[in-house]
Amino acid sequence: MNINTFFDEMRTSTGSVRRLYQPFSEWLSGTDHAQLMQKSREAEMLFRRVGITFNVYGDEAGAERLIPFDVVPRILAATEWRVLSAGVIQRVTALNAFLNDLYHDQEIIKAGIVPASILENEMYRPEMQGVDVPGGIYAHIAGVDIVRTAENEFYVLEDNLRTPSGVSYMLEDRKMMMRLFPELFRRYAVAPVEHYPQVLLNNLRAVAQPGVYDPTVVLLTPGAYNSAYFEHAFLAQQMGIELVEGQDLFCKDNAVFMRTTEGPKRIDVIYRRIDDDFLDPLSFREDSMLGVPGLVSVYRNGGVTLANAIGTGVADDKATYTYVPDMVRFYLGEEPILSNVPTYKLENSDDLKYVLEHLEELVVKEVQGSGGYGMLVGPTSSKQQIEEFRARILAEPDNYIAQPTLALSTCPTLVEQGVAPRHVDLRPFVLSGKSTTLVPGGLCRVAMREGSLVVNSSQGGGTKDTWVLTGDAPC
Amino acid sequence: MLSRTADHLYWMARYIERAENMARVLDVTYRMSLVANSAYDETARWKPPVQIADDIEAFEKNYSGYTAANVIHFMALDERNPSSIVSALGAARENARAVRVAMSSEMWETVNALWLELRQRIRQGLREADICEFCDWVKSRSHLFRGVTFGTMLRDDSYKFVRLGSFVERADNTARLLDAKYQLLLPVVDAQEAQVDYYEWSSLLRSVSAFEAYQKVFRDTIEPWKVAELLVIRDDMPRSLHACYDELAPILEQLCRQRGMECLRLAGENHARLHYGRMADIFSMGLHEFLQDFILRNNALGAEIQRAFLNGPE
Repeated sequence: MNINTFFDEMRTSTGSVRRLYQPFSEWLSGTDHAQLMQKSREAEMLFRRVGITFNVYGDEAGAERLIPFDVVPRILAATEWRVLSAGVIQRVTALNAFLNDLYHDQEIIKAGIVPASILENEMYRPEMQGVDVPGGIYAHIAGVDIVRTAENEFYVLEDNLRTPSGVSYMLEDRKMMMRLFPELFRRYAVAPVEHYPQVLLNNLRAVAQPGVYDPTVVLLTPGAYNSAYFEHAFLAQQMGIELVEGQDLFCKDNAVFMRTTEGPKRIDVIYRRIDDDFLDPLSFREDSMLGVPGLVSVYRNGGVTLANAIGTGVADDKATYTYVPDMVRFYLGEEPILSNVPTYKLENSDDLKYVLEHLEELVVKEVQGSGGYGMLVGPTSSKQQIEEFRARILAEPDNYIAQPTLALSTCPTLVEQGVAPRHVDLRPFVLSGKSTTLVPGGLCRVAMREGSLVVNSSQGGGTKDTWVLTGDAPC
Repeated sequence: MLSRTADHLYWMARYIERAENMARVLDVTYRMSLVANSAYDETARWKPPVQIADDIEAFEKNYSGYTAANVIHFMALDERNPSSIVSALGAARENARAVRVAMSSEMWETVNALWLELRQRIRQGLREADICEFCDWVKSRSHLFRGVTFGTMLRDDSYKFVRLGSFVERADNTARLLDAKYQLLLPVVDAQEAQVDYYEWSSLLRSVSAFEAYQKVFRDTIEPWKVAELLVIRDDMPRSLHACYDELAPILEQLCRQRGMECLRLAGENHARLHYGRMADIFSMGLHEFLQDFILRNNALGAEIQRAFLNGPE
């Protein structure tokens, strides 16, 4: 596959520089490679000192790695952002309406739009049936993965409604860019993102149970050995709330308390970064040491708010994904602003037949997989890998979906040899509480290996700062 | 604040203080080993540091003798030894990492940078000739940590638990150090030994940064009982037992509201003994006995702080 066939964020197909990138391109041509590499090393040193690291599961104990940071920003014009942000807000609003409906009257199933078989999905939580949550909001924090294939073509790759992570990179990457290249911020009017923690805190406070005057909010982390611990600590600090572990909390008299040096203190809202399965050993996995015994029962009785709610996984499952455009139409009466990637569900025999015949062109994913594990990228896989995957699909077709291999856009990226195009995606973070909003930016992930389409950090992907401009042209 | 947070902050501070004191002991022992002195063979010279750390058993199980190389390795680099400098700094960093949000980012970065640099140094290997530089480095990093804490941390309960940890640990370390040296040096028999003892006592003073202070306060030759006075009851000597309790007692008065009344009582009792005690009485009781008793009382306070604040409500 030729890299020139992809849409590039900086250059048009004829090689000229897009207007948006012109000031950057001029700056770049006046900056030599060694200087950029030097800045890149400086960034790495700073990230390491601050401890912006993540743990890789299965690595030797204590190994802490940095996610590669790329010094070339991805730039979006205000008009591009207006479409994207309206699109993701619309989508998350519909998904919240869907979850509220699914766990109450199930009108969408009665209307025949989503099949009743969704209730058999593992991520559907019967415990949540009929439970009212404040404001009817389930996904308070949603990360929507977006890819671009052409000037005006954006697709939603997936919705992350459980415990989406990565927002700390949006904030830290910006801080780093302003430190390394202040002169670039004179050439571009970049919309700020630094207020994200404040917006998040206001939303979390807004979803406390009615009648709580001054809610106490905490962030529940699995602990210092979790891969996203840095982010948990960072967000708690930025919001000025306690970072708690399961062992710090206990339930009593239909309320949740934390153990403090002054005795027990009641808490009202838990921003939890622990998966459903580990939240409460009395309700879900008995062997969980991370959770709080009795939490689910208190939650169901309205003694505490969880963000995100329990049971959101049913809506971001790759099989449910295909229904999201219909949800937008059903709940909002609007046409979806952002498109889905066409998706084959291998539980349909026609789809299965087509996919098996075209494996070398398609991307096949596990329905509940994440992190870039358990997927096949047909065009970049060997014959043997394809055959191995074929066997896995045939053994359990319901467990897979397939999509055409998208021509993910590329963005200039600093590599050993110079600045070269690498594939990118974008995850903006949508916050719901008082209202549904997002800050202008997101986590931009970049596949550092030439030709690779897998941007996940667990697969060697890096991050970039994303600049949403306040106008359509540089200042 | 969260009990667990308080626990991590308290222990972070204790471990950094412990590493610093370990470095002080090693540094001074090494320097003294360079002064010609027939009265001490290598064992007599290198056993006390292990004794101070209360680690005789663990040392003898894993090492063949009290040589400079063995003791330096055991106390500086041995990760199996929980009170080695490496272990203490590693534990400090683990504690800090667990509660990085409870401190200022400058503090976290100081502790994290310390740990990163330590790993770098271990990779490069520590030669015997580098030991003084290594100990100086540990001390300066500990000073830096203290300064950053003082200069950047909000004066809330978190700050108080950091300070508590530092002073409970320091009081313990100073008492152990003084006790070990005192036993080793007394009594003085002849004039030539007294001459040698000058170096021993001055080295003890230097190990707690008290040599210049001694000269300023007493303007006199170094006398063992004056050294003891300086390190036990002088309140203007920052590493003395009295100075430690001058810090501890008011912090506990602020922390102990409904909880922790026993902490307050223990700290007050220990403080009073130092504040109103007389050196003559301490000597007539026996300095060794006094110090042993002090170490137990200080430990009791540590255990009570742990129970009342750090373990969380049962």
